[in-house]
Amino acid sequence: METKKVIGKRRFSLTVTTLTFAFLYLPIVALVVLSFNSARQGVAWTGFTLKWYSELFRQADIWKAFLNTVIIALTSSLAATVIGTFTAVALYWYKSKLKGYLAVLVYTPLMIPDILMGVSMLIFFVAVGIPLGLITIFIAHVTFCVSYVTVTVMTRLEDFDYSIVEAARDLGAKSHQVFRKVIVPVIMPGIMAGFLLGLTLSIDDFVITFFVAGPGSTTLPLKIYSMIKFGVSPMINSLSTLLLVGTLFISFFGSKFRKLIF
Amino acid sequence: MKSKRDLAGFLLSMPGVLWLTVFFLIPYLIIILYSFLTSGIYGGVELPFTFEAYTRMLGNVGYWQILWKTVWISMISTVICLGIGLPTAYFIATSKKSNVFLTLVIVPFWTNFLVRIFGWMVILGRNGVINSFLQLLGLAEPLALMYTPGAVILVIVYMYLPYMILPLYSAIEKFDFRLVEAAMDLGATRTEAILKVLLPSIKGGIIAGIILVFIPALGSYAIPDLVGGTNGAMLGNLIARQLTVARNWPSSSAISMIFLLISTLGLLFYMRINKVQSKRRLTIRESYMREEEI
Repeated sequence: METKKVIGKRRFSLTVTTLTFAFLYLPIVALVVLSFNSARQGVAWTGFTLKWYSELFRQADIWKAFLNTVIIALTSSLAATVIGTFTAVALYWYKSKLKGYLAVLVYTPLMIPDILMGVSMLIFFVAVGIPLGLITIFIAHVTFCVSYVTVTVMTRLEDFDYSIVEAARDLGAKSHQVFRKVIVPVIMPGIMAGFLLGLTLSIDDFVITFFVAGPGSTTLPLKIYSMIKFGVSPMINSLSTLLLVGTLFISFFGSKFRKLIF
Repeated sequence: MKSKRDLAGFLLSMPGVLWLTVFFLIPYLIIILYSFLTSGIYGGVELPFTFEAYTRMLGNVGYWQILWKTVWISMISTVICLGIGLPTAYFIATSKKSNVFLTLVIVPFWTNFLVRIFGWMVILGRNGVINSFLQLLGLAEPLALMYTPGAVILVIVYMYLPYMILPLYSAIEKFDFRLVEAAMDLGATRTEAILKVLLPSIKGGIIAGIILVFIPALGSYAIPDLVGGTNGAMLGNLIARQLTVARNWPSSSAISMIFLLISTLGLLFYMRINKVQSKRRLTIRESYMREEEI
């Protein structure tokens, strides 16, 4: 019997899949189309316009929020990448008394709902007396990114041929030399992937940031939230469309870039 | 040589251990502590130690209603995700262009989380896409689609559907379809073969998908906040309200503890199931380390 007959004609699953994709893309298409609609209210089409885009570019506070988001994303994912890489190597190869404890610390944040992380950090910062602002957002983002970077680097370590480390040792390399000159270059793709993942997580985060942000430290997701929650202007459609194009571009460029260097 | 290696492992562990202890573990310990303290007059906490936050929560019908609503909204969303996800994952896994379809599943998730919620607000709103369309057809009254538990379920399904499709896909992709063939040779119909042979052998993927959807759904905050209104509020919104509006920190902490308990149970369950798979990887790793010691 051919596999085709075993798998069947897939009429039912084809229907569901088509509907699924319609479902997945419906809200995105709606936003993009409406960003060019001249009507201030409602969704009835009243003509093509670019005025919401030009209005968007005149909003100083959106640019400020965007800048904050970029600063936080770059610094926190860089810090998380350094900590996460050390952690991954420690968890993967070395036996130490801390290993079990560290593994729990790394895996738990992956399953804890964002809201709990946000609330516990807010209470912590207030209890310890760290004023809420960019620095607390930075700390929070590093904390949730570390686990993701660690896991990403560890998957890369799984295909690592450990004998090259032994070879380096036999040839007289010291521990820090082995780490810097053998391990890091080989797992570099994993480290880069972890860094990119950290960037996207940080740029996208709303819930945790919402709790630990202070006055004057608005990030782009927080700005979008207040635009959605209090008074909807069609500008939000154009902002959404730009973000969509931006992330599509980065993802596309990112995958090309990864293919190029790895 | 061995002690040097221990030292290297210790030093490499330190940044992660220190950072996560201070900024992840200690905040939770503070929450546990606060849940047993008395609420201060101007927010914050005071002595003495008390179970008041817990007893007040357990004695309040409102808490139970929200807890129950949170659980059933998450359960219905998970079931719908499974219902949509299974046929979709089956189609993708058995397709020749599965890579293209997988990318198409993931692309919407490159957009900001809030933007995706807003897309649904535009569709469901009073002057939204659906209501405008219905009015064109001559319906007088706009439907109240937004600010309902139904809207919350819809958007949760939208957000977490890929977490269901991806593990199901990788389970089906690994499945040996010759087993279905064998069942059919032995007289089963195709539907029977799929239900009785395929489904049991992708159980791991189904359970992974259920947990990956159910746990984040339980923790929803932004979705019910934006599309749920007062009628669709969930546990996450209650925690936030206790913290920021009522400024009752012990109460907020106590609800968080209950929440943490539910999530931890889910996590332990998940780890138990995954154990079999990760055990193999662990053996390989251990053998490396043993060699090293010899």
